[in-house]
Amino acid sequence: MTDAAHAAMWERLDLDIEAHDALLAVLGKFYGDIYLSQQGRLKGAEYLDFVLSEVHGLRIKEIQDAKAAGKKVVGTFCVFVPEELTLAAGALQVGLCAGAKAGTEKAETLVPRGTCDLIKSFVGFKLARLCPYTESCDLVVGETTCDGKKKAYEAFGAHVNMHVMEVPQCKGPCDVDLFRAELARYKDALEALTGNAVTAASLAEATRRVNAKRRALQRLAKLRAADPAPISGRDALLVNQISFYDDPDRFTAKVNELCDEMEARIARGEGVASKGTPRLLLAGCPMAVPNWKLPYLIESSGAVIVGEESCIGERNTRDLTDETPADLEAMLDALAARYMKIDCACFTPNDERLTHIAAMARELKADGVVHYGLLFCQPYAHEAMKVGKAMEAAGLPYLAIETDYGMEDAGQLKTRVEAFVETLS
Amino acid sequence: MTDVAGLDIGSRSIEAVVVRGGEVVSMRRAPTTFDPLGQVRALFPDGPPARLAVTGYGRELALARYPHARTVTEIKAHAMGAARLFPEAATLLDIGGQDTKAVSLLPGGKVGRFEMNDRCAAGTGKFLEYTATAFGLTVDAFAALALAGNDPPPISSMCTVFAETEATTLMARGVAQADIALGLHKAIVSRTVAMLSRVGLRAPLVFVGGVAKNPCAVRLVAEAVGFAPLVPAQPDMTGALGAALWLAQTPA
Repeated sequence: MTDAAHAAMWERLDLDIEAHDALLAVLGKFYGDIYLSQQGRLKGAEYLDFVLSEVHGLRIKEIQDAKAAGKKVVGTFCVFVPEELTLAAGALQVGLCAGAKAGTEKAETLVPRGTCDLIKSFVGFKLARLCPYTESCDLVVGETTCDGKKKAYEAFGAHVNMHVMEVPQCKGPCDVDLFRAELARYKDALEALTGNAVTAASLAEATRRVNAKRRALQRLAKLRAADPAPISGRDALLVNQISFYDDPDRFTAKVNELCDEMEARIARGEGVASKGTPRLLLAGCPMAVPNWKLPYLIESSGAVIVGEESCIGERNTRDLTDETPADLEAMLDALAARYMKIDCACFTPNDERLTHIAAMARELKADGVVHYGLLFCQPYAHEAMKVGKAMEAAGLPYLAIETDYGMEDAGQLKTRVEAFVETLS
Repeated sequence: MTDVAGLDIGSRSIEAVVVRGGEVVSMRRAPTTFDPLGQVRALFPDGPPARLAVTGYGRELALARYPHARTVTEIKAHAMGAARLFPEAATLLDIGGQDTKAVSLLPGGKVGRFEMNDRCAAGTGKFLEYTATAFGLTVDAFAALALAGNDPPPISSMCTVFAETEATTLMARGVAQADIALGLHKAIVSRTVAMLSRVGLRAPLVFVGGVAKNPCAVRLVAEAVGFAPLVPAQPDMTGALGAALWLAQTPA
């Protein structure tokens, strides 16, 4: 695609061209510093570089072409929105921009200042007309995972066509019933939007595709148990980030190719860092593109990240949806069962998350755990303390970081992370 | 025996300690200014020793100028320095120019749990410098004034800027200057005590960093934790000393 074709497409989407150019310039610089500077990257990372370089280009073009062919586009912010149903209705599902400071002043006219940067970011991207994904959406699906998002969607709904799913706060039988009813309501909304019926056949096919994507990501996650680490945490995070917006089938094929290369590398005893490099598990809040600050600080402090216990990571890929049911109602039950297993901090209690983190650390041979809490994210801030106690009991060194999308604390964070890594070696 | 130098490039001052065969042979200090590398050259007119360890905020900066140098965090450097000065030390408190650190020490100066202030200079040496200036005093005179106070008002703001506003309001209300000065010192000490308790405060406590030279801060820390902290003769040299000792025991 030529620059002129890009620009014309962005004009049609009514983006703020000047501000969007500036955003892409910063993103490119950031990507160069954090990604392209890495040593010993996998050859398959070329896919990641290409997808990211065309994140607002070719992928948007594909989405626009799909729209021209009559497809609908659904935007999401959370792993509770079932991609199986979206695909079964013949729509496209994309994660929306929420990982960078953008349009903050405008966002603060819709949401209070003491709101987390992720929420401010998606509101800001919309109000400042900077996200071609948001501008391509026919429907945006929100979810009641925290008070900040729940209330933000009320204001956001004035700017986009919004559907909010209720995610329960407990995991009892009545809560599963509630979420099951929400799935049915989402299915109806999709059918009304697309004019396509979700059938047993279309849902079975969609479930197979989404599970295939999860299996590829599970395969990649497992390979990271090798020492030396076959892939950097930054690249693995990027793979997970891209899983939210690239074409699912192409993505699955590319990740499996990446895994083939990783297996060959492991067989040769090679990796991105020398054997014995301190290995860290990153746990906590999701990191949307281009929120690479903490992974970069960690991996430039002499450690390598071997897992992401996060929605953009393990929480999104751990559980598959049961593919055995044959009728639509039983399939929806299976979806409810699958999604209600997610160990999000929005649930009370959420003790399975503590077990999961300890198990991940053990399986990935992590030497320590770093918890990332996004400033003003109350659910994860509470759990940062619980995780700390659980890691102490498990004998795992632990560092809790609370930060946001700003860079002004980078120096202090670097010192804390480096000091933590020093204690491990 | 070769010289090993430790350099601590902090936000307010730079310290240099040279050790030879495990013994300190020199200690030097200069303000950081806007030209920290120029200040380093002034501290080592003939160039620093080949074996050079750098800690503090400017450690990456120094690495660009002295590529043979090794870097170590302030947290580890202070822990090693404190353990050398007081081998029995169990907990470390460092209040520097823009950072406060609480560290639980393991045997041999190893770092256990640690806490560090997040981003702004609230509750650090900079806070005291700023508020002293607002009183038109040097930091030493400000500490002396605070020691004369006996009824400190609670200062709730930890923000350096708002604390000044609060102090001005208190003055307008007729609160004695000495009491306000004491209140401002108490504000930073109570914050550091919270950090100490989070890492698991155990005696003996070593108090280092530039603020450990402030007698009022030392007295308030003692009152808050219930026992007197151990303070080295030159508390601001601890990081540079620790960096030198760390490198001396690290294979070349």
